[in-house]
Amino acid sequence: MQKIYVGMATCGVSAGADAVYDRLKELIEKENLPFELQETGCIGLCAREPIIEVRDEDKGESAFYVQVDPKKAEAIVQAHLEGKKADEYLMDEAEYQQYYGKQKKIVLRNSGLINPHSIEDYMERDGYKAIEKVLTSMTPEQVIQEMLDSGLRGRGGAGFPTGLKWKFARAAKGEPKFLVVNGDEGDPGAFMDRTVLESDPHSVIEGMLIGAYAIGASRGYAYIRAEYPRAVRHFNEAIEQARAHGFLGENIMGHQGFNFDLRVKEGAGAFVCGEETALIASIEGYRGVPRTRPPYPANHGLWGKPTNINNVETFANIPWIILNGAQAFASMGTEKSKGTKVFALAGKSKRTGLVEVPMGITINEVVMDVAGGIVDDGKFKAVQMGGPSGGCIPARLGDTPIDYEKITATGAIMGSGGMIVLDDKTCMVEVARFFLEFTQKESCGKCIPCRVGTRRMLDILTRITEGNGEPEDLDTLESLAKVIKDQARCGLGQTAPNPVLTTLKYFREEYEAHIYQKKCPAHQCLPLVTFTVDPEKCTGCTLCAQSCPSDTITGAPKQVHYINQEGCIHCAGCFRVCPDDAIIMD
Amino acid sequence: MAKPDEKLSPVSTFLWEGHSTRDYVIKLMQTSQAEYGYIPKKVIKDISAATGTPETDIYGIISFYKQFRLEKPGRHVVKVCDGTACHVSGSNMLIDQIEEDFGIRPGNTTEDGVFTVEAVACLGCCSLAPVVMIDGKVYGKLDASKVKRLMKRIHRKTLKEMKAEQESN
Ligand SMILES: Cc1cc2nc3c(=O)[nH]c(=O)nc-3n(C[C@H](O)[C@H](O)[C@H](O)COP(=O)(O)O)c2cc1C
Repeated sequence: MQKIYVGMATCGVSAGADAVYDRLKELIEKENLPFELQETGCIGLCAREPIIEVRDEDKGESAFYVQVDPKKAEAIVQAHLEGKKADEYLMDEAEYQQYYGKQKKIVLRNSGLINPHSIEDYMERDGYKAIEKVLTSMTPEQVIQEMLDSGLRGRGGAGFPTGLKWKFARAAKGEPKFLVVNGDEGDPGAFMDRTVLESDPHSVIEGMLIGAYAIGASRGYAYIRAEYPRAVRHFNEAIEQARAHGFLGENIMGHQGFNFDLRVKEGAGAFVCGEETALIASIEGYRGVPRTRPPYPANHGLWGKPTNINNVETFANIPWIILNGAQAFASMGTEKSKGTKVFALAGKSKRTGLVEVPMGITINEVVMDVAGGIVDDGKFKAVQMGGPSGGCIPARLGDTPIDYEKITATGAIMGSGGMIVLDDKTCMVEVARFFLEFTQKESCGKCIPCRVGTRRMLDILTRITEGNGEPEDLDTLESLAKVIKDQARCGLGQTAPNPVLTTLKYFREEYEAHIYQKKCPAHQCLPLVTFTVDPEKCTGCTLCAQSCPSDTITGAPKQVHYINQEGCIHCAGCFRVCPDDAIIMD
Repeated sequence: MAKPDEKLSPVSTFLWEGHSTRDYVIKLMQTSQAEYGYIPKKVIKDISAATGTPETDIYGIISFYKQFRLEKPGRHVVKVCDGTACHVSGSNMLIDQIEEDFGIRPGNTTEDGVFTVEAVACLGCCSLAPVVMIDGKVYGKLDASKVKRLMKRIHRKTLKEMKAEQESN
């Protein structure tokens, strides 16, 4: 029987996948059609959601359909009933090759292939085989050695070797030991961890089981961002299933004395709670304020007990490494960055979505090949990596390979996997201001360099984008950045200046244009933009004049309108309301 | 509707042996927020009594985490995404448009109680940028005029409903 898979992770559902699913269900049930309908997770190419796959397992064939709506779904079903394909809705073959060709799926090995609600689906694809192998043939020390040999580094941002972290946690004294998966993913523009939790929750549970065995943990928490209701639901459901199958609980899989259970804690909307000591405070029921390390959580974590925290993607890698061997993992990537990395591609690239690429691939390959370059044939200007802790890497450094050290050398960071592609319509000063505003708001306020320092930096950046920048501002920004980096207590503050420093380093002339010429080259900082009417395009519809709050637009109906610059307050109201794109921003 | 203290009964089932109840304070507040849309004063007192957490601490938690509200929100909660992808795709234009049409900036509720508008950092559907989420449903690939039409439509409908409710009372 042919199977129809509907991609129903958050991206798919947001684009209307549930309506497609409902329509298919109705059709298949009503007419008793020979299709098996399945929900699946993220198929990856968010830009073309909703995506459905019609899979014929007997023939070993698959057809992917993009931007499906209920009507198209009917046509697709009809075509397959007749043994054909609905050609006009198929995913473009070239696009498929470009997007998926360079990808290598380890973390996303099941994503978009299995039904995330089904533990059987997971088990059919070697699920829970890795923990079985570990329990029947490996000592905890061997597991840790395997992690060390694989070269796996934490995917939460800092890139700390996972094997080493586990070694410390194993050596730590105290009972019980806790194992935590960090699914806080607060980076704006990042959705890798959400997708893994939604699409393949059991891979994270299995990774945690292996970690629990290695370090001797008996209790686990999954700290998941509150804004991810679907991920919370899927993960909770997976925990129930794992318990029912004896993968969680006591004497797991018959292994005497191996006990581990797991529960979900939802975050409550605070970026800083992704930081491990803040996360611990939050789980305990306090304000998520970081504390100074050492002591590290390995020795002094939840309720003062040894605690090991890893990222979602880190855990999802682990069953694969156990089953395929450390060498297979280490054979991919660069000298110090092994395996693959999942990125959430967003912004101005033609294709956006989730990609998993081998370490060592260059930024250009990802942006120009996988993502297909820039929309509207725009110019690739920079890529923002690492979110508020990261920075903007200019297009001219596009040959930089994806590697922890190489990315850090540019001034950005690998981060957790947010990759925002920027085009020449993006103002880099405004991007820096945006991130500073974010970190400023999210600063917990405990230490002064971060609380006051980010505030001062934000004030200056705001002033520059409003056209009130002073020549000495750039030096002040740099010296403030240095103090904050050196003296802030936690990673949030220590990395907060990065977006400013990288844009100052690579796009200094844009700052200077704002300060000296009082111009925003990308026409984004509204106070620096001049609004005029394009006489060629204006049809004299009068909408702009009617909406202008300062009554500074004149013109008779059906006549070209005119904006009197004296009275203009740069609100862009005319630009927003104009149906003919006749307002020029310069 | 359940009384606030009835909402607290799950506290016992939440207990995990050996742990203090303090770590469930946030969960209890989330339960209240899901039920009422905010955290009423009465609930704060109840949580404090049930978990032995000082009320001042509970206020501290509420003010720390963005998820929590102390005031009843409007009928519809509009979350304008201001994550990076939406920001570079013009989310500020949406915010300005909403202000023009309804007179409020994020963080506020319209006087007629129809909308509460919030700016949030990333709803995680970056491919649809810029997006807003209204009552949990995502609307993507918006521009100023689309958001205007969408919200005006909901506004008209809600006012009608509110009027009908008033008349039937
Ligand atoms: C401000 C801040 C936010 C962070 N947010 C996250 C996050 O959302 N997810 C995550 O896994 N790690 C986050 N981290 C990193 C964690 O502190 C920690 O290093 C990580 O979870 C360890 O897992 P790993 O070794 O598998 O990378 C954050 C760190 C800082 C300083």
